[in-house]
Amino acid sequence: MKYGRREFINTMLGAGGIGGLASIFYPVFQFMIPPKISEPHVSSLKVGTVDEFPINSSKIVRFGRVPVILIRNDQDTFSALAATCTHLDCIVQYNQARKQIVCACHNGVFDLNGKNVSGPPPKPLTVYSVSIVDDQVIITEEKDLA
Amino acid sequence: MKRSITYYLSLTLLAGFVLFSTAEIKAESEVNTCLECHIENDIMPMDFHEDDVHQHAEISCAGCHGGDPLEEDMDESMSVENGYIGIPELADIPAFCGKCHSKIEYMRVFQPRIQTDQVDQYYTSTHGMKLKGGDKKVAQCSSCHTSHGILPAKDTRSSVHAFNIPQTCNQCHGDAELMASTGHGTSQLDDYAGSVHGKALIEKGDTGSPACNDCHGNHGAAPPGVESVNHICGSCHLNNMEYFKTSIMGKSSESAEYHTCEQCHGNHAIYKPGDEFLNVHESSLCLECHSEDDEGYVAAETMYMQITQADSLYQEAQLHLHDIQIKGMNDVDIQYKLKDAKQNLIQLRTMVHTFDPIQITEKAGEGKQLSQTAITLAGLEISEFNQRRLGFGISTLVFVLLAFALYLKIKQIDNNKNITN
Amino acid sequence: MKQSSKQKTFSWLDDRLDLKPLVEMMDHKKVPIHSHTMWYYMGGVTLFLFLVQLFTGILLLMYYRPGEDSAYESIQFILTEVQFGWLFRNVHAWSANLMVLFAFIHMFSVVFTRAFSKPRELTWVSGFLLLLLSMFFGFSGYLLPWNELAFFATKVGTDIVGAVPFIGEQLKIIIRGGEDVTGATLSRFFGLHVAILPAITFLILSFHLLLVQRQGISEPRHFHEQPAEKKRYMSFFPDFVLRDALLWLIINIIVLYLAVFYPWDLGLKADALASAPMGIKPEWYFMFMFETLKIIPPHVWFIEGETFGILLFGVAAVLWMAVPFARFRGKQIVDSKWITILGVFTITYMVVLTIIGYI
Repeated sequence: MKYGRREFINTMLGAGGIGGLASIFYPVFQFMIPPKISEPHVSSLKVGTVDEFPINSSKIVRFGRVPVILIRNDQDTFSALAATCTHLDCIVQYNQARKQIVCACHNGVFDLNGKNVSGPPPKPLTVYSVSIVDDQVIITEEKDLA
Repeated sequence: MKRSITYYLSLTLLAGFVLFSTAEIKAESEVNTCLECHIENDIMPMDFHEDDVHQHAEISCAGCHGGDPLEEDMDESMSVENGYIGIPELADIPAFCGKCHSKIEYMRVFQPRIQTDQVDQYYTSTHGMKLKGGDKKVAQCSSCHTSHGILPAKDTRSSVHAFNIPQTCNQCHGDAELMASTGHGTSQLDDYAGSVHGKALIEKGDTGSPACNDCHGNHGAAPPGVESVNHICGSCHLNNMEYFKTSIMGKSSESAEYHTCEQCHGNHAIYKPGDEFLNVHESSLCLECHSEDDEGYVAAETMYMQITQADSLYQEAQLHLHDIQIKGMNDVDIQYKLKDAKQNLIQLRTMVHTFDPIQITEKAGEGKQLSQTAITLAGLEISEFNQRRLGFGISTLVFVLLAFALYLKIKQIDNNKNITN
Repeated sequence: MKQSSKQKTFSWLDDRLDLKPLVEMMDHKKVPIHSHTMWYYMGGVTLFLFLVQLFTGILLLMYYRPGEDSAYESIQFILTEVQFGWLFRNVHAWSANLMVLFAFIHMFSVVFTRAFSKPRELTWVSGFLLLLLSMFFGFSGYLLPWNELAFFATKVGTDIVGAVPFIGEQLKIIIRGGEDVTGATLSRFFGLHVAILPAITFLILSFHLLLVQRQGISEPRHFHEQPAEKKRYMSFFPDFVLRDALLWLIINIIVLYLAVFYPWDLGLKADALASAPMGIKPEWYFMFMFETLKIIPPHVWFIEGETFGILLFGVAAVLWMAVPFARFRGKQIVDSKWITILGVFTITYMVVLTIIGYI
């Protein structure tokens, strides 16, 4: 059979059709592959191994959009709290000597459970729970059970 | 059987009721002839409040005023023999209250940690010293606490709750007639209400913000001396004080009586400080002492320049962030960087109290770096946003090819029909 | 002669499904060729855009999470983390707007060519219902990203519902799922958008398409009255279908172009406590109604302006739907020039008010 105009058009239609389908279904399949962060909202985060955090020290770690202060106290327990002061949003720091969390902006003081102890802060700091799995420190957002 | 259980149960309940109500009757039968008479004749004190702290502690009229509330006869119950004191002289009021309040043995029954030094403190205050000197117009205990409506300071209804203190003090301090002899103005409340502290307390209800007593003291109220101003402000503005103490300004303030917080920030009318306090133009506070040819002038200019640069870069980065958010691109990193940048700006403005242009320049550099990084990240997001056009180009090419083939096919079918027709 | 595999498959299916009558119907179906043939494509384009909506909508459902504190975040997630998420979201948004646009064009072309006259009155009624449904789709879908503009636009939109006489206040509370626009409203709108409206649309659309197939393509009078030898037709299959396909492809490219070069803003997250942002506007296809309500004085006779406006639109919609049934002195008025005048007036009114709304 001669390869004429008719066949050429048919080939073109076939190739174009396949190409068209591909350019629709390629994005579709890519879309369906779940992204690395599989949820819109991060609820837990690995921050490093235990020995990265010396005893009686603190580190500000990033938890999604918010900074969290991770403290390893001298009793060797970890605690994690939202690092923004509840008074006017300054970043708080851990005072190693007093074993308290201090906000330098207006001398607000929190204890290691996040409770506002003195100064202007009106509310406690939000608590995150810390768990250690295979020497890895993991911070998790505490679900509001109420 | 069941029935009898219910029967006994209800009987017990009934008995309980009877016991309870007789107990109530008994309490009521504890006669307080003061109240009876004063209520009947409608001569209760004006400021009487049911929740008065003394009422609650079961210290009734006679607890302070003396006399015998069990005595039916008025003359008997209000007789000197029965210890009746009546209305105390103004000058005697501190002692009148101090009778109990200065005695820890008595007070600790009610509150183990309660202070008992109020009267002593009072006599060190300006109010107390004037009262001792025979001035009858000054404030004593009841001026602030009221006489018969005394509520604990934590109760929001109390005249001495943080929310109400400005008004309480203003009763006298806003009265031009009363204040005429003192030489104080009467604008303190207005000044305070417009200040950062006043706005935070009065408008936002931030009890962390200082009221009058947080700077002046309560019972020992006095205008803070120059030597104490730094410490008073520093009790909240910790870093500012630390920086200031180590600065040249702070050191000279120890020797001479100037350069305290108040000199730049004022006292009652402390407004939100602005960067323009620093510059070398009209709004500058530095130029009140410094002039064009000294070190302070240069320092003011440098610090102003550094801070405004860091700030405007931060504002610019905020605009980029906003743009990214509106476009629906990934803003997480940028937002986080800008949180750091904001923190840096706060620290930078606190650091002004070092009056050290070198430290300021260094800190501002960090801040600028943060904002700059955020702007760069935003740029990347925008270019990613534009990258999408390439993919569109490729797929469009395919679709156009397909459309063209379809067009040719239609033409072809049409032509065939014309031939066959 | 040996049967080709194509024929074999067909006869296998035919034995079971009795396809011959269907194929015959297809073969006989003809599309008239005249100066207004182009309008025959508008319904098809609307259908194509509806299919695009269905397709992209299902894809978006894989990641979208309704809820006050997850809706905005999940769309943000679709836009930033999911591969090509931005594409499907923008295609969904653009195609929605184009669908409403083409539904309007389709409707007015039917008016001007009198395609709704007997026996196609029911096709017209079902078509008009589909247009209303597509507007409801638009209104409910607009809130789903839970951004500032959508939040306040929904507030205003549902407030207008409150002005419906007698049942308005009650209706408003039902639509909002409470006194105010809250997360509850979002849940309701989501259910409406992805379940209730699609179900109703599916039924009416099936009916609409069935009628189109049963009754064939309408012939305008000037064409119908021509002598038979002058009438020209093309076959529905493959001629018309191929042209349809070509047009769909072109529309597809346009939608993609718009999605890539003019993406829809996500805006900022809705905050019920924030003050309303500047420039809250309803979507363009509600604009003429929104503007009308603004123009109507606060009181018309004893009725409140807003209530009056709503009644007006309600009555207008019913009358509009009844146009093919209308009779004047015992004669159908479908053919009179008044229909054209009414159509031109309606379009002019809508266009002018929409333009006023945007300037």
